[in-house]
Amino acid sequence: MQLIFEKSRPGRNGIKLPEIDVPITSGLAEKYCRKQAACLPEVSELDVVRHFSNLSRLNFSVDTNFYPLGSCTMKYNPKFTEKIAALEGFCGLHPLLPQLLGGGMLAQGSLEVLYNTERLLSEITGMSAFTTQPLAGAHGELTGVMLIAAYHKHNGELRKYVIIPDSAHGTNPASAAIAGYKVVVIPTDKDGFLDMQAYKQALNQETAAVMLTCPDTLGIFNPKIKEIADLAHAVGALMYYDGANLNAILGKARPGDIGFDVIHLNLHKTFATPHGGGGPGAGPVGVCEKLVDFLPISRVIRRSDGTFALDYHKHKSIGYIAPFYGNFGVILKAYAYILSLGKSGLIEASENAVLSANYCLSRLKDYYAPAYGKSCMHECVLSAAGLLEQGVHALDIAKYLIDKGFHPPTIYFPMIVKEAMMIEPTETESKETLDAFIEAMIEAALLAKTNPEALHLAPLSMPVKRLDETRAAREPNLRWQQK
Amino acid sequence: MNYISHTELEKKQMLKVIGVSGVDHLFKHIPKELRPKSFNIPEGKSEFEVVEYLKLLSRKNATDLTDFVGGGFYDHYIPAAVDALAGRSEFYTAYTPYQPECSQGWLQAIYEYQTVICELTGLDVSNASLYDGGTALYEAAMMAVRLSGRKKIIVDSGVSLIYRTMLYAYTSNLSIEFVETPVVHGQACREDIYKHLDDNTAAVIVQNPNFFGAVDDFSDIVERVHKCGALAISSVYPVSLGMLKTPGEMGIDIATGEGQSLGIALSFGGPYLGFIAVKKEYMRQLPGRIVGATVDKDNKRGFVLTLQVREQHIRRERATSNICSNEALCALRALIYASLLGKAGFAELAELNYQKAEFAKATLDKVSGVKVKRSAPTFNEFTVCLPKNADEVVCKMINKGFACGFPLGRFYKGLDNYLLVAVTEKRTKEEIVQFANSLEAALCS
Repeated sequence: MQLIFEKSRPGRNGIKLPEIDVPITSGLAEKYCRKQAACLPEVSELDVVRHFSNLSRLNFSVDTNFYPLGSCTMKYNPKFTEKIAALEGFCGLHPLLPQLLGGGMLAQGSLEVLYNTERLLSEITGMSAFTTQPLAGAHGELTGVMLIAAYHKHNGELRKYVIIPDSAHGTNPASAAIAGYKVVVIPTDKDGFLDMQAYKQALNQETAAVMLTCPDTLGIFNPKIKEIADLAHAVGALMYYDGANLNAILGKARPGDIGFDVIHLNLHKTFATPHGGGGPGAGPVGVCEKLVDFLPISRVIRRSDGTFALDYHKHKSIGYIAPFYGNFGVILKAYAYILSLGKSGLIEASENAVLSANYCLSRLKDYYAPAYGKSCMHECVLSAAGLLEQGVHALDIAKYLIDKGFHPPTIYFPMIVKEAMMIEPTETESKETLDAFIEAMIEAALLAKTNPEALHLAPLSMPVKRLDETRAAREPNLRWQQK
Repeated sequence: MNYISHTELEKKQMLKVIGVSGVDHLFKHIPKELRPKSFNIPEGKSEFEVVEYLKLLSRKNATDLTDFVGGGFYDHYIPAAVDALAGRSEFYTAYTPYQPECSQGWLQAIYEYQTVICELTGLDVSNASLYDGGTALYEAAMMAVRLSGRKKIIVDSGVSLIYRTMLYAYTSNLSIEFVETPVVHGQACREDIYKHLDDNTAAVIVQNPNFFGAVDDFSDIVERVHKCGALAISSVYPVSLGMLKTPGEMGIDIATGEGQSLGIALSFGGPYLGFIAVKKEYMRQLPGRIVGATVDKDNKRGFVLTLQVREQHIRRERATSNICSNEALCALRALIYASLLGKAGFAELAELNYQKAEFAKATLDKVSGVKVKRSAPTFNEFTVCLPKNADEVVCKMINKGFACGFPLGRFYKGLDNYLLVAVTEKRTKEEIVQFANSLEAALCS
């Protein structure tokens, strides 16, 4: 498809602005002004509408396709939450209003949403308090590690290391490193669990924290998790919970009860806010009692008269990590989702997510080897390594699935599994959708033996065939330029 | 309501295939002692009930005030087509375009967005976006530290206090030295910046227009910064770039900013849009996603995520940043907004903002006791000195239906009587006149 810039015709425009209704002054001195107008497209409103409508149709999305992207929890996003986020009372509110003298009373509705969401998330996860400020999961991780650093610093301890399993999301080590820590990587044992011997050896008085995903990225709940937490606590280290996989355990286990001290959640995963092509998400962070004072400012508090206010007087706080109170529009949708599902709905969400993942695993395990074990939580990790003899890779299976109308699973992650394919069906997909996907996966495995070339050629039904990624990186073309 | 479609029969069929008698068996790995101590969540409600309840809460917010508050976040008009197109669920419910063949819509849109950011800033390369203007500035500072191998950063006090505070929070464990230089006559103080500029300086950070609304041309500062082998970073307000000298024209190395004003609702602080654009030579130090054009097997143009070796999913603890997403949907809104306005419209919008603000300055200047600061030119926001504490005046004006500005004393010591006033294209001449009249009355009472 042509770029919007290539559709540009000099003199065309897509909007009428109000006439200037004030006397016109001479304008800014030339030295402060740009020499040429920005070369934006000159197009009509219809040009714009048609361009982006047609562009949207080139995407797979949850609303149009099964999207079992592992670790991303691509569940259905209920439409009513959009209606709520678009209410003028919410979307039109200036974030500086409650910071004006007496302005808190102008934002009582939004402050109440934030306060209630923090309380609900605390109860769901068993933590003492939450901040809704972090703007994404990885941003929550960074906030969490900063809280850990502030806690140790406050106690006069200089701890240098953060322990992270080799199966972890890449964001874990990246977050720990940019917060100033050295990362110690622990291998996974033959059963898919944290290698306890290596873990015990790595743990010492200089360990600041242990960052874990639970269930882990292999889709397994580690029954030794309590022991892992106790060992960390025994040397004064804190336990960090990567909440990417919370959709597996709603009402079944709570990170706070297990002994985790800091946790981030991905509202766009477990709590069904749209992923929006890569964001915006929201990554609220919860903490145990001893870390509450370090949470970012401002804190939303409830006064004795039942009104809500912002509290900035927290001298131990790590400070501002976001300009305001988080991605409010996203938090609001997650709040509405939680109210809609309620206690039973949340528990059923996890039960059905786990049921669907195990169903996929059971039906596919004879065609693709499970990475570890024969059962899983909300996602299963399979390996396509058995097809390597035919010259077929996980990538080829993924591309074949695209032709069948399915978004592929996450591939080549976790990195410790050869030719990994990570399938997270979520609770909202029907059995017939799962069956159709499973049939396509089986078909691909059989085709690998009879006609591997067909897999190598896939996809054939998309607007483009396989793209030359090497060329993209070697000769970067990162913007359109007028010829 | 839980949006689950499995019937009881289907669940039984699935359990049979799995080979267990009930769902509980699937959770048997979770030891009994780790089961929740409580899970005290209210039972679910119908869609109708939740919508009604939240409508009620939304009405507890005041959005009927005539808005003159800016401070980096502006009340611009959002054309209906932005909502209609960004609301298409083929955009809304997709994710990061890991599989390019079935994500060409998103990839092309981000490539187009990157072009818009480059055009606005006058720089060579943009990424696919960051969380917000503050985190973008932090990422820029970290880029400068990596590129220069130095650890001292000079920050002009005209940079938003919100962003400076974020910058200091993020770097508190990284032994980076920050030096703040004062604003003199509304603009960045050259003398002070040059005094601190040395061989240890990684970057100088400025903002245009600065928090007080003052417009500047940093070309002279940039020249000196480059002589020291440091980088020049500027935070910018994108709507102002319809008129103002671009970071590129000033020689700035890294431009960042808050893209909220490009068709994104104020929404009580988010979601917003952080943008970052750099000179070509710094491309491989950029944080986050980047989309590039390439070709497929048939030599047909297509788009992919590229330069990924910088990123956390490959580089892990050695990545340029921990970011693993972007604000794609907000970036899309900015792209649609910029496309609707177009080349002439974007410049016209800037002119409209500028002229209305100039009129507001002239009008407020006539209010007795009020003095508009005129030491530096401004774009659509400016500072006024009131004869009283600005906090109290703001409070009185709220009762008269105006969010009349941001009291600078909240962020700057000694500026208790100063008010920061923003005027966008949405404010009519009549509203500006009423604002001045109400202010006059508020000051008398």
